[in-house]
Amino acid sequence: MSGFRAFFAIAILVLAGACSVPGPGQAPDGIWDPNETANRKVHAFNTRIDEKLLRGTGGGYADKVPEDVQMVVTNVADAVSLPATVVNQLLQGRLVDASRNTLRFTINATLGFGGMFDPATEAGLPKDESDFGATLAAWGVPEGGYLVLPIVGPSTERDAVGRVVDLFTNPLDRVLTVPQRRTKTAFVLLDKVGSRGQYAATVDGVLYDSADSYAQLRLIYLQNRRFELGEEAPAADVIDPTEIDTTGF
Amino acid sequence: MDWTRRSLLTTGAALLIAGPALALTEAQASGMVGNLVNEINRVIASGKSERAMYGDFERIFKKYADTRAIAAYAMGVDGRRATNAQKKAFTDAFTGYISRKYGKRFREFIGGRLEVQGVSRNRNFYDVSTIAYLKGEAPFEVNFHVSDNNKFYNMYIEGVNMLLTERTEIGAMLDRRRGDIDALIADLRSAS
Repeated sequence: MSGFRAFFAIAILVLAGACSVPGPGQAPDGIWDPNETANRKVHAFNTRIDEKLLRGTGGGYADKVPEDVQMVVTNVADAVSLPATVVNQLLQGRLVDASRNTLRFTINATLGFGGMFDPATEAGLPKDESDFGATLAAWGVPEGGYLVLPIVGPSTERDAVGRVVDLFTNPLDRVLTVPQRRTKTAFVLLDKVGSRGQYAATVDGVLYDSADSYAQLRLIYLQNRRFELGEEAPAADVIDPTEIDTTGF
Repeated sequence: MDWTRRSLLTTGAALLIAGPALALTEAQASGMVGNLVNEINRVIASGKSERAMYGDFERIFKKYADTRAIAAYAMGVDGRRATNAQKKAFTDAFTGYISRKYGKRFREFIGGRLEVQGVSRNRNFYDVSTIAYLKGEAPFEVNFHVSDNNKFYNMYIEGVNMLLTERTEIGAMLDRRRGDIDALIADLRSAS
């Protein structure tokens, strides 16, 4: 346990300095992207991988796998990530959310036959997720620059650190055997492929139909993530209708 | 909407206090979004073909959205060098393009529905919040910003702002065409 704590402490110390903060005027429209050239290369790489493996229906997954089976995959993937959500919500001081998700996990793990079904949603406890990136945000660590990670995709300096920590902090991993853990990971990955297929039109639209898919994805990711974290949107995001000049349109 | 005497009285009082500056009431703004959401839900549930749905979405979009404001914002500073004829043609082409683009996304709502949650007044607009319920997904927020003409001019899907997204896209399209507005208009008409 002390090794675990030391790891935590070091990780946080490292990232407190690692997340860069834009100077005045360096983040127009709330976008801070100091590594744009490198990011664009990774984005191009990711898009090529997506095109080969997932474009359209997520490699056929959304078409070929029956919907009920996809639903089970989604439910299991959600159930196995709930303990990590609870830990993070505790770390964020969100005690009500943490106990709600503990109950959600208990219900779905038992009445939901090991997480295959989701009776908790019907009982008024809908899906709710959190991660260590969100915890860092709650602790006041700055977002840092925009970052595109290989395979994983859009992120920020803060979220990238969060992802690394998330790899080691799911409490469920402590009680699962190695094969069980692999199965867990397989379900989580399959669920991601499923989502790719479910939102094929939107994702394909952004990746393949945009004039600048990099700029689109960056804008969409940052806005959505800030919204998820309840962070204040940059002033540019709130548009006053009386300031739009519609003359001639 | 539950029109109790009290809510009528408060609305009336609010109108009196706010005076002519507030031409639109909260009830009207959320009522408009309510109608919009009902029409979208009906199309989603109709089971029509994709192409037929786009036509429906374009009709709905023209009826409820402030297409001129959306087009003007999307064009951004490039609008300053556009002629009035170009602006008009752009609004028209852009309206079709956006209906197809968002129509495609709403198609992914099949089996789901939108519900109006509430409305809040901001300085120069109303923010009407709705929740999207989709199969297998955590419910998420879709917000409509409504200006005084009781049409929506911006939409946020889980925090993603349509106006900013479209301005980025139109800007990139113009860059690719070396700033040629006529080429942009022609391509918007055929873009899916």
